[in-house]
Amino acid sequence: MSHGTAAAAEHHHKHHDPEANKIGMWLFLFTEVLLFGTLFIAYAMYLTVHRWDFMAGSAQLDKLMGGANTIILLTSSLTMALAIGALERGKKKQSLILLTTTLLFACGFLGIKSVEWSHKFHLGIWPKSETLAAFPQGEQIFYGLYFTMTGLHALHVIIGAVAILITMALIGRGKVHQGRIDLLENTGLYWHLVDLVWIFLFPLFYLIG
Amino acid sequence: MTTAIAAAETAPNYLNAKSGIWSWLTTTDHKRIALLYLWSMLIFFVFAALLAFIFRLELFAPGVQYFGSDIYNRLITLHGISMIFLFIIPGIPAVFGNFFLPILIGAEDVSFPRINLLSYYCFVVGALLALVSVILGGVDTGWTFYVPYSLRTEQNIFVPMLAAFVLGWSSILTGLNFVTTVHRLRDRRMKWFKMPLFIWALYSTGWVQILASPVVGITLVMVMLEKFIGVAIFDPTRGGDPILYEHLFWIYSHPAVYIMILPAMGVVSEIITTFSRKTIFGYKFVAYSSMAIAGIGSLVWAHHMFTSGMADAARIIFSFLTFFVAVPSAIKVFNWLATMYKGSIKLEPPMVWALMFIFLFSIGGLTGLYNGMLSIDIHIHDTSFVVAHFHYTMFGGTIMIFYAAMLYWWPKMFGRMYNKKLATTLAGTVFIGFNLTYFPLFLAGMAGMPRRYADYLPRYEIYHRLSTIGSWILISSLFLLLIHLIWAAKRGRKAPDSPWGGATLEWTTPSPPPTLNFTGEPDLSRWAYEYPEEVER
Repeated sequence: MSHGTAAAAEHHHKHHDPEANKIGMWLFLFTEVLLFGTLFIAYAMYLTVHRWDFMAGSAQLDKLMGGANTIILLTSSLTMALAIGALERGKKKQSLILLTTTLLFACGFLGIKSVEWSHKFHLGIWPKSETLAAFPQGEQIFYGLYFTMTGLHALHVIIGAVAILITMALIGRGKVHQGRIDLLENTGLYWHLVDLVWIFLFPLFYLIG
Repeated sequence: MTTAIAAAETAPNYLNAKSGIWSWLTTTDHKRIALLYLWSMLIFFVFAALLAFIFRLELFAPGVQYFGSDIYNRLITLHGISMIFLFIIPGIPAVFGNFFLPILIGAEDVSFPRINLLSYYCFVVGALLALVSVILGGVDTGWTFYVPYSLRTEQNIFVPMLAAFVLGWSSILTGLNFVTTVHRLRDRRMKWFKMPLFIWALYSTGWVQILASPVVGITLVMVMLEKFIGVAIFDPTRGGDPILYEHLFWIYSHPAVYIMILPAMGVVSEIITTFSRKTIFGYKFVAYSSMAIAGIGSLVWAHHMFTSGMADAARIIFSFLTFFVAVPSAIKVFNWLATMYKGSIKLEPPMVWALMFIFLFSIGGLTGLYNGMLSIDIHIHDTSFVVAHFHYTMFGGTIMIFYAAMLYWWPKMFGRMYNKKLATTLAGTVFIGFNLTYFPLFLAGMAGMPRRYADYLPRYEIYHRLSTIGSWILISSLFLLLIHLIWAAKRGRKAPDSPWGGATLEWTTPSPPPTLNFTGEPDLSRWAYEYPEEVER
């Protein structure tokens, strides 16, 4: 039995194909793009129908917090890219420090996001609330999309953070290293996608007011 | 010689290399995963077919026979959900794609064997959720879950929607795996335009699965969020637009019918050439037409909504594109016919079923043009004409080819042969039963019989009565063949490695194949559609 698994493991190892993992990751990212793309279509359609309500809704969001979050996520993409570069040069410790920084940025982003959301809840604005039901129809849709899209994005930030944690553990145990870096690169790709989605969410929700 | 045969017989194959239920449930062998899919799906196929059998009984006569509209609506919804999401969409790719894609390109497995297994378990979870929804009383929204009804109804809509969502994941992972495998694990000697056409079909399907499934996934999530958390998105009383839901739903669900039919078309290309002993006519056109169907098919969704409320310009554009997608489909049909022309045709069971497919699919495809035509669609929209059209393409198309693929590859998969005479005879009764079941529905639809109604006016009685009688012939023939095939997989006489003399790679390996598919280097000296005797003729 142990002989069989050893042979299977060897067999598996022989087939480690970084290129295939890259292709698989890009295909997966396409599905993510279409996932958010669908929401952007809904947004675009409702923006044309409820133009003024959307502008009014946007004016109620805190540009400062949104802007801060944009800067945080952009910087976290930088530290992620640097972490990949560090491991490519074989600097394991430096890479781990940079990944930790990325994680801290992710936590910072989620912190600000939760402050924003709880502030809205405090004002009585949540999906089923009576306060929101009294708003003009377009603003209800605006908030519907706001909660859906930023919520789904936050979920992706959390998934990305977990992926970073797992990658860090594997780097620590030496499973991911200079010569076998594709997992870190794929985590990086995912993180950049999360960043990219926010680049679109920020102006669409915060800056049209 | 005899010792070589003895050695080949004792050499382990993928079926007996390991034993025990655990070795099956944790397998990453693409062939074993294919069999897991096969047995699971056949259960749902039988289940969904029985549902149809039951509600056709209700339609035998006008008025209420056994149950009223409420149960009827739940039955058709469940029939639709299980047939479409649990059998036809995953069907051919997950079973025959999984089994033969790596073999046909000379690979040992797919690129991501563990993700392949994960995809199977997504399928299982989705199927169990669908089952739970039945226990919870079922839903009567139809498989389309249209808002605002799905938002308002008191029934438990969450579970079937979650089921569809999880099944979407299964589909995406399979597509992702196949596309990567074709790029990375294809034998280096096999160039793109030397690939078997089944691979082209699976490759195109993989792209549609990847690009279309997320759209319906997130759309269902939006409905769930709206219904259970109260997020305003589609509800018209809160500024939402139900038509947007229809668009988003069909942006996936129309391409999904090409997910269902493209792999079947790939199988037909294999079967027709093998049994005509002749190179496929216009290889590149057949290959490109798969990609063209995948591409154009993604741009025709709104023809499901001609009566829902849309700008005239949009309706005309979508109508035009609908006609346009018929072109690559027609290319395929003409090329199959041209392949058979002057071929040395052998009417073995898979060929008989494939020929039946060409006939039934042509009717299905051509009546699709009726539906795509604006003026006629206003008349036949939501009538049983559409039901008949859909079943001619999906049942007459995909399910007939699922059977043809079983008959074609059964000897390879299990190393056992079935009773050919029985399979051919049953093709005849299925043909009669099928046309008797669905052709009257065209006529009833033209005469104004609406779809999804448990009751009807007496003047439609003759059509429904014929249809119900046809369904008895159809279902008994299909089940009989299925029972025989399952028996043959275990007890049939031993099959040779290449029972049909096909030229693709799977016929160069033993039946059933060893775990790593090939005993040596795959033999690529012969092209997938090269028949030396053809030149001599």
